[in-house]
Amino acid sequence: MNRTEHPRAWLLVAPVLAVVAFSALIPLMTVVNYSVQDIFGPGQRVFVGSEWFREILRDERLHAAFGRQLLFTASILAIELPLGVAIALSMPTRGPGVSLTLVTLALPLLVPWNVVGTIWLIFGRADIGLGGALLHGLGLEWNYAQNAADAWALLLVMDVWHWTSLVALLAYAGLRAIPEPLRQAAQIDGASPWAIFRHVQLPKLRGVLTIALLLRLMDSFVIYTEPFVLTGGGPGNATTFLSQYLAQRAVGQFDLGPAAAFSLIYFLIILALCFGFFTALTAHELHDAPEGEGGEGEA
Amino acid sequence: MTLRKRHVGLALYLGFLLVPIGWMLNMSLRPTADILSTFRLLPMDPSLENYRTILGDPSWYSGYLNSLTYVGMNTALSLLVALPAAYAFSRYRFLGDRHLFFWLLTNRMAPPAVFLLPFFQLYSTFGLIDTHLAVALAHCLFNVPLAVWILEGFMSSVPREIDEMAHLDGYSFPRFFLTLFLPTIGPGVGVTAFFCFMFSWVELLLARTLTTVQAKPIAAVMTRTVSATGLDWGLLAAAGMLTIVPGALVIWFVRRHLAKGLALGRV
Repeated sequence: MNRTEHPRAWLLVAPVLAVVAFSALIPLMTVVNYSVQDIFGPGQRVFVGSEWFREILRDERLHAAFGRQLLFTASILAIELPLGVAIALSMPTRGPGVSLTLVTLALPLLVPWNVVGTIWLIFGRADIGLGGALLHGLGLEWNYAQNAADAWALLLVMDVWHWTSLVALLAYAGLRAIPEPLRQAAQIDGASPWAIFRHVQLPKLRGVLTIALLLRLMDSFVIYTEPFVLTGGGPGNATTFLSQYLAQRAVGQFDLGPAAAFSLIYFLIILALCFGFFTALTAHELHDAPEGEGGEGEA
Repeated sequence: MTLRKRHVGLALYLGFLLVPIGWMLNMSLRPTADILSTFRLLPMDPSLENYRTILGDPSWYSGYLNSLTYVGMNTALSLLVALPAAYAFSRYRFLGDRHLFFWLLTNRMAPPAVFLLPFFQLYSTFGLIDTHLAVALAHCLFNVPLAVWILEGFMSSVPREIDEMAHLDGYSFPRFFLTLFLPTIGPGVGVTAFFCFMFSWVELLLARTLTTVQAKPIAAVMTRTVSATGLDWGLLAAAGMLTIVPGALVIWFVRRHLAKGLALGRV
């Protein structure tokens, strides 16, 4: 795609810059401001340099929350990506089943996040929930409010319920974009379904799966509302992830400085993770695609 | 044979998606006392009492109207600013364009919790706290970058020849953009609107922080079900069911374009 130079470009980009400056840049600068000052009250503030950063980096509870966050994100990625692709492969391609499947799949995505928590709060309870009652009926000790392993299991199931659809829809869209003769040719050549998937379909899915991976990575890394409703971070701190801990510091204890320092580090970690994954996943494509590709190449 | 096995798997998964929602529907049709006293798979005596309570009380249903208002404002605002920008990214080369594009995306990654306090301070300064506009603007944080990203994908799949032909035919740029270009990427605009609606509708942390009374979202209203006597499970379930309705309607309308839109766009 040959893009041209035109002075109009800046005019067209200006509204976005204005909106993003207001909703992202100014608040982010405020956070930077907080992170280097000790604030006692309106008009009473002292510059403290990197003190908050040093304090927060030594914080044991932050390290624990970070570890839990990594474990949670890695777990849901390991479950949701393969499962989503498997669902996409088994979806019908024509007939009345298509609409029905698509609508059902998309449904969890449109449920407000606190309601997702509420649904599983009700479903998982041993006294009134179907899921909890079933597990009890099977003779299992199930109590997610007391037992850390149970709380984790419930959170993972909830996240799979909530977000696997996104991966499935993306993979489905990617599969539909592959010309059918390609698959048929492989089939005539006697390729097994697995071989077709591995060598024909999977390479074509690279683009959409990159997006799915990045979206799930970003969103699971900042997860807040669902665990807040479902477990409140408990039992103890067993399901307190980074956002939860940040909100505790910032809103609960009103530790503005450390919370702001924490925010910046948090943001940088996410940026680094996404940039790393993005570069790793598209490196192969960039070598193949001609320089200056505008459309599909970098998707 | 393998085909049938696959379909069984798919049906099981769809069942897994629907059962928890079905269970909440079951709860919403029963009074709380009944829920707590006996365990039943189906309501013995289904009643719409919980729904009547919600729809008959302005302090309840105004939450829905507030949510719909700021979601609508946000979707319109996001599209309005993202359309020209996406066109610029798709058609023009300018200093730092790729960096700007990636920087926009980084805002999509920012943890909302990070922005809680600065947002509160910023919107207080402008006197916007507890207005629909505050939430609509705050949600631009993640919706505008997303909208630019999706629209750019759609626009780049439209051949440049259309632009050049229109120019030769004497179309002015605004006229070309509104009467020729926009209709061409119609499905893309629909898909973008769908995603803006979705992410604004489901986000509640910022919405809750920036509102107190007048623009309170439904999520905040739902906390009212906690009282001295414990949770009112039936009412909570009914309120939850009602929040699913607008989303389900929106999906139904875009169902034909969803897969195609996903394939063309990049989300």
